[in-house]
Amino acid sequence: MSAPANAALPARFRAGDRVGVRRADPPGHLRTPWYIRGHVGVIERLCGAFPNPEELAFNRPGLPAQPLYRVRFRQRDVWPDYRGPQHDTIEIEIYQHWLEPTG
Amino acid sequence: MSEQDTHTPHDHAHPHPARPDQDESLGYYQVMEVAVRELLIEKGVISAGDVRRAVEAMDARTPAQGARIVARAWSDPAYKARLLADGSAAARELGIDVGATHLLVVENKPKLHNLIVCTLCSCYPRMVLGRPPDWYKSRNYRSRAVNEPRAVLAEFGTSLADDVEVRVHDSTADMRYLVLPERPAGTAGWDEARLAELVTRDSMIGVAEVRRP
Repeated sequence: MSAPANAALPARFRAGDRVGVRRADPPGHLRTPWYIRGHVGVIERLCGAFPNPEELAFNRPGLPAQPLYRVRFRQRDVWPDYRGPQHDTIEIEIYQHWLEPTG
Repeated sequence: MSEQDTHTPHDHAHPHPARPDQDESLGYYQVMEVAVRELLIEKGVISAGDVRRAVEAMDARTPAQGARIVARAWSDPAYKARLLADGSAAARELGIDVGATHLLVVENKPKLHNLIVCTLCSCYPRMVLGRPPDWYKSRNYRSRAVNEPRAVLAEFGTSLADDVEVRVHDSTADMRYLVLPERPAGTAGWDEARLAELVTRDSMIGVAEVRRP
């Protein structure tokens, strides 16, 4: 990583970008809910950059800070048996290292 | 423990079984808390008074603070714009100490209803709503609010038409969420103090509408 240790990583995504959530299952303290991994949503906004909680959990500094986004998903995409109308949505805060660009 | 200890003598005549006190069976983390607290006090790091004052400060935070924010936003469009742009700064404007909390305010509209949950633990905007209700921390609410929000809302007496979008916010990381409910009809000319009385805790979590005037 070439960024200085105390800097924030540059933001890769902008509001409106379609992103996929990594389908990963690493050990440790994770803030990406299981139910959203593997799903595709749209960046609603960049919330700022924050020390990585997966590092903080082990009393490490968590730097460089990870950009954090709110990502909006359609409920029917997330839950195959969702019973509400198709315009219902769910928004989740997800750190950049859990997101990948999706065409 | 003898039988006598579990049945304190009463001054009325009909004896009945007494439930034993539960103050002799601390859980693992309760024992750890007591041990750490006593050590910190013994070593002079903190005092018992510090602990009590911290609990008092926690208890002093109530949904009345959130209600003040909502009432101001209903009364002052410029404040509402600042609130939606930066919730923490707008709370501080009213003298509410939100500490390092990143407060994000989401606005209900005629065709949009917001609902807050934290599926991973129980993140809650304590600085503006005080301590969370027990149901907010329950596994039942945390799991069902995300995948059947309309059923959960109905159990709180909140029925929404199908043409209203329900938007759930899973509070998974560093933001804390407050719902800005819609101002009810019939409140024209009301001052902020009167408006604030309509704004309930549950309406700012998003499980209910505000009180009807």
